[in-house]
Amino acid sequence: MDTIITDNSLKGKMITLFGENLRSNFSSDSEHIRSIRLQAIERFRELGFPSPTEEKWRSTNLGKTLMLEYVQHFAPLEKDIDVRKVFQCEVFDLDTILVAQYNGWLVNKGETLTSLPNGTVIGSLADAMRQYPEIFEKHYGKYADMQHDGLNALNTAFAQDGLFIYVPEGVTVEKPVQIINLIDLKENFFVQPRNLIVLEKGASLRLVHCDHSLRHKESLINNVSEFYVGEGAYLDHYKIQNKDNSSTLITTTFFHQERESRVSTNTIVLHGGVVRNNISVKLAGEYAEADILGLYLVDREQHVDTHVHVDHAVPHCTSNEMFKGILDDQASGVFNGHILVRREAQKTLAYQNNRNLLLTDKARIHTKPHLEIYADDVKCSHGATVGQLDPEAMFYLRTRGIGEHAARMLLMYAFAAEVIGKISIQALRERIDELVAKRLRGELTICDQCVIDCREKRPVSFDIDLSKI
Amino acid sequence: MPSNEQDRILENVTSGEYKYGFVTDIETEVAPKGLNEDIIRFISARKEEPEWMLEFRLNAFRQWQQMKEPQWAHLRYPEIDFQDIIYYAAPKTKNTLSSLDEVDPDLLETFNKLGISLDEQKRLTGVAVDAVMDSVSVKTTFQDTLAKQGIIFCSFSEAVRNHPDLVRQYLASVVPVHDNYYAALNSAVFSDGSFCYIPRGVRCPLELSTYFRINTAGTGQFERTLIVADEGSYVSYMEGCTAPQRDENQLHAAVVEIVALKDAEVKYSTVQNWYPGNKDGEGGIYNFVTKRGICKGSNAKISWTQVETGSAVTWKYPSCILLGDNSVGEFYSVAVTNNHQQADTGTKMVHLGRNTRSTIISKGISAGKSNNSYRGLVRIGRKAENSRNFSQCDSLLLGNQCGAHTYPYITTENRSSVVEHEATTSRISEDQLFYCNQRGIDTEKAIGLIVNGYAKEVLNKLPMEFAVEAQKLLSISLEGSVG
Repeated sequence: MDTIITDNSLKGKMITLFGENLRSNFSSDSEHIRSIRLQAIERFRELGFPSPTEEKWRSTNLGKTLMLEYVQHFAPLEKDIDVRKVFQCEVFDLDTILVAQYNGWLVNKGETLTSLPNGTVIGSLADAMRQYPEIFEKHYGKYADMQHDGLNALNTAFAQDGLFIYVPEGVTVEKPVQIINLIDLKENFFVQPRNLIVLEKGASLRLVHCDHSLRHKESLINNVSEFYVGEGAYLDHYKIQNKDNSSTLITTTFFHQERESRVSTNTIVLHGGVVRNNISVKLAGEYAEADILGLYLVDREQHVDTHVHVDHAVPHCTSNEMFKGILDDQASGVFNGHILVRREAQKTLAYQNNRNLLLTDKARIHTKPHLEIYADDVKCSHGATVGQLDPEAMFYLRTRGIGEHAARMLLMYAFAAEVIGKISIQALRERIDELVAKRLRGELTICDQCVIDCREKRPVSFDIDLSKI
Repeated sequence: MPSNEQDRILENVTSGEYKYGFVTDIETEVAPKGLNEDIIRFISARKEEPEWMLEFRLNAFRQWQQMKEPQWAHLRYPEIDFQDIIYYAAPKTKNTLSSLDEVDPDLLETFNKLGISLDEQKRLTGVAVDAVMDSVSVKTTFQDTLAKQGIIFCSFSEAVRNHPDLVRQYLASVVPVHDNYYAALNSAVFSDGSFCYIPRGVRCPLELSTYFRINTAGTGQFERTLIVADEGSYVSYMEGCTAPQRDENQLHAAVVEIVALKDAEVKYSTVQNWYPGNKDGEGGIYNFVTKRGICKGSNAKISWTQVETGSAVTWKYPSCILLGDNSVGEFYSVAVTNNHQQADTGTKMVHLGRNTRSTIISKGISAGKSNNSYRGLVRIGRKAENSRNFSQCDSLLLGNQCGAHTYPYITTENRSSVVEHEATTSRISEDQLFYCNQRGIDTEKAIGLIVNGYAKEVLNKLPMEFAVEAQKLLSISLEGSVG
């Protein structure tokens, strides 16, 4: 990964495509959306695709990915797809409101926008853009920072469909909402889904976001999500990524938090070719709280890059970051956590922790826990470790007659459990727990080659005689 | 205690004055302002340098012209006009000095004011001092004593004249000419500095010391230090810097290179106290320094200790390349910024050999409207099996107008190494103050006590002579009255 592209052919192509679509597929846009698109393409023209000479991309090179030829669809190919026929969710016994995104377009048994009795609207961003222009005027494009990020600008220029959720004031959505993002095409494919989730004052939502690929052609996904979490609202967010080796997945998620709101977001990367997750949290109202957690388990040639940016803009907010990674084979990982405490943000509490295990001499990790602090009455700390399994714990297990392999598994499982344990949806936690155990045993990689069949349920078991412990 | 009173005391504490702001009226010979090949030839000719040295400079200058000023640091300063700087200023001396008596009495007076009277030092402490004023090395004391052991400690120009083979072998071997913008600039125009060679198996009996001072207005200081510790040798090296108070900004771009061969140990201590500018951020030194050491052989050790209290802008990353197996790198730093000072400082530990170990302890203290950043890199290469790094960078904020930042980069490429990084940011807590007050220690004293305690871990690593000075400096930088 050392090719640096200066003149990017994909960039020129995207700008041409934009011009073409402006007259056709984007012609029905409202004036508001249109003006955002134009600003965005202008910004993209200036910024272009990120290159490793940029500080934020120094350890992830998209060079090869951007050199490929991609097919893009600016109108849905198939109209009615029953997602359950092509894909069975990994969290199958989880009772959720299921929405699916198929090759970038929302498919939901023919109905793209569902209104629940309590006023909640869930469905296609494309339809919502037309039906709820006032919500879009208030929130769309307001939280995603496209000034400093070319990919984000590009997404904003081309955004057509994605997930839209609106939860009215004081409403709690009882069932978790689950969105499954599937890529199932025979060609190399480039898609840019866009999500907007608005939680009004005192609303509450649990959202599980899964990314999958069904076929194994090169795919490039540039996903941008905006979350507005109103005063006293609660959002519980999970992102589960299980992509194949030939995919490049870039997700950028913005959380805007108002007073006394709470966000818990958990990103779990089980498999992927190149994965880049940008998580940006703005604590814009006092007493807001954010828990930002993540786990990445990668092997072979995979590359996972996590960038977290927490902006403490007002006093009395709390943020808590915990990211853990296990890297096997030649896998490489990047963690970049940035906490910004502005001058006004006194009484801030901000914690950050990144811990990594390298299992081979070829695995690699770059970590940069970064604090930028302008207020004095704050408590901020960060820690980062890279290392092996605790030799003393290993010794303890070995003295109890546990084989080296089993002991390693047990310790790695315990290492990951700290993040998994924080998942508050029980069925999901159990399922992830099982997936991680499988993943650590090396079984998930095989299973992943046929994502479709995940039905088989096996209890988590380690090759350990527990009576000896 | 009411918070406004606390604020007032804090303000007093954080508004101390610079006490080294005097100018010595010494006749100097200065080059015309500006930078071009002629100036470089002028410097080289003045110093009676051999042809290869001039070539080295010109090559560096040509590379420098191709380079861009780095913008990545968390620093804000107006663009530097490199053509508005005097690149060479030397105290006028007629002959080569052979004893202290021949030194200009004004110059001696300067060093007396600095509290490092050559005379005193010579007699009482037995420290060998090489004093560099503006650009030229003024006097190296104790040369004879050192020579008996085969130790070479002299000004850089002398080394170029008398030990060209050693200089050629090691010059730019640790910091290549094109390493960075300021290193290239220094390579082109450096005017003097110190050279030190410790032969095989020799434990240097004295602490070697260099004192730097910028005296002439409008000058830049570009000194170059090269320390070579041959197999099994040991040396402790100290460096101090001051400058007079001036309104305009002055530039200081130094390069320090250390080579530690098998089993050698080098301890490098710095107390940097360049003029930091006045309370409104006017004037002060721009300090862009490249310091790097390489542990070439196995079991070598390089230890950097720095107390950074001066300069308007500091850009400095003393680093260790741990090439030899079992080699050790250490970095201990206290950086204090006050008023409008800005510091972006830290270290790089590059682990290449097996079983290499490094420790980083960095304590940042920011007050006034200053910004203080720690920027560090720990890189464990694939072959650096069983390597170990521990980093701790703490920041202390005094007042609510300042900033403290950390940018640690950690890259690990093998499974047997362990890297730990910790950082905290805090202020002096009310509990701590209350505890001191309750035992009859007033708030001003308590702040001094706490700050000194906070930095103790690093101050303890300094050689005796420096530790006392550093503690005082720490107080002057922050106080008014803190002791």
